[in-house]
Amino acid sequence: MQLIEQGNQEAIRRMLSAEPVLIDVVPAKEIVPGLKDRMILHAGPPITWDRMCGPMQGAIAGIIVFEGWAKDLDAALDMAAAGEIEFDPNHHHDAVGPMTGMTTVSQPMLVVENKTGGNRAYCAINEGLGKVMRFGGNDQEVLNRLAWIRDVLGPGMGGALREMGGIELKPLIARGLSMGDEMHQRNVACSGLVLRAIASSMAKTSKDATALSEALAFISANDQFHLNIAMAMGKAIMDPLRDIEGSSIVTAMSRNGTEFGIRVSGTGDEWFTAPVEMPEGLYFAGYTEADANPDMGDSTIVETIGLGGFAMGASPAVAGFVGAGAASEAANYTHRMGEICASENPEWTIPAMDYLGVPTGIDIRLVVETGIVPTINTGIAHREPGVGQVGAGVVRAPMACFEQAVRRLAEKLGIS
Amino acid sequence: MPSDKSQRSTLGGEIFVINVGLEKFAVELSEQNVPVIQVDWKPPAGGDTELAALLSKMGL
Repeated sequence: MQLIEQGNQEAIRRMLSAEPVLIDVVPAKEIVPGLKDRMILHAGPPITWDRMCGPMQGAIAGIIVFEGWAKDLDAALDMAAAGEIEFDPNHHHDAVGPMTGMTTVSQPMLVVENKTGGNRAYCAINEGLGKVMRFGGNDQEVLNRLAWIRDVLGPGMGGALREMGGIELKPLIARGLSMGDEMHQRNVACSGLVLRAIASSMAKTSKDATALSEALAFISANDQFHLNIAMAMGKAIMDPLRDIEGSSIVTAMSRNGTEFGIRVSGTGDEWFTAPVEMPEGLYFAGYTEADANPDMGDSTIVETIGLGGFAMGASPAVAGFVGAGAASEAANYTHRMGEICASENPEWTIPAMDYLGVPTGIDIRLVVETGIVPTINTGIAHREPGVGQVGAGVVRAPMACFEQAVRRLAEKLGIS
Repeated sequence: MPSDKSQRSTLGGEIFVINVGLEKFAVELSEQNVPVIQVDWKPPAGGDTELAALLSKMGL
């Protein structure tokens, strides 16, 4: 159908012509549109308090205490249950957040500007691995780390990025792919590249040698530091596609721990949701599948732009880490995702696959026709609040989301 | 399926198989050392005729 083909050509053109640049770190209250006091943005499609999973409720209790809206976790839980907090998805505010995806007024936000579209997208700074708020952690250690990110790391990074004029992310991703990252569960190369890019400007703009040393050490020790940058980049790339008439390209995939949701270019900001699936993966010592929470987070924006599970062929090491099989099978995942995408990205290539471009532009028609759903590399949170990450794995997007989207797009186009 | 090549003469020579559909047929042949390729194929839209018809009208 010509309208769909034209729409998809325009969608792919906008994706491939995006020029995302990490330009600043700014407190959320100053930059995230529509964000207010006593409002919490969360990962995934919209959800009410009573339907939220354990780690999501745990993170909400923690962030309420962090913001000073309640004196302790019990009071915070009462406040949330009593309807005194407004909840909204990150995606409704030009933002994304990993796992529970907590965004509130005082958190420092990475700012990625798409120089082509002129739009901006935001994501909080990655806290590291283990017991952290994005996995539902909420004790004093977690809150202290968030306060340090707010008071020291965020301002330090913001000053450096303004001084250096930002970091161009497209070439950084291209290098990262050639160094074995897929940018969802493996970010070790890109995190190192970010540190290399920003370190001298952080030193130049810092007035406190101890704070500088702590900040550089924190980035150095966090192999997933770049994930949140990749997520803000993904949102900045995909938002200009949000309302192209006829287009069947997916603009967002996201999970709130209860439901998986997708948005499609030709159907605007409507969500198509289905129960989220359990990841299949490997667990840290002392934990099993019985401890795991169903999948969650806005980080699937990384797969939406052709990275993560779609770029598994670039990262054989991650296939073993997430329990996806032998390293030699990694390329099969990328080939398979290519069957449901409209194009490839000529600037983001995989050397070990003869410089094949990563699959680009998930077409809901191809997903439903082939029965192949997007493969997502993901972290696994403990099902109880306050524990944190217990493993990593692979999860599949539910087919029901794509079937609903096909029917709705057909209806919009007058096809029956 | 006979494993002895001499017993395959009714088909005019050695057999090479491409199997579409139930994988069990391919497995049986493979276990008898017959060269076989299993085609990874499913009915469009998982056999949902209404969705398949919609997809057809949407250009697939």
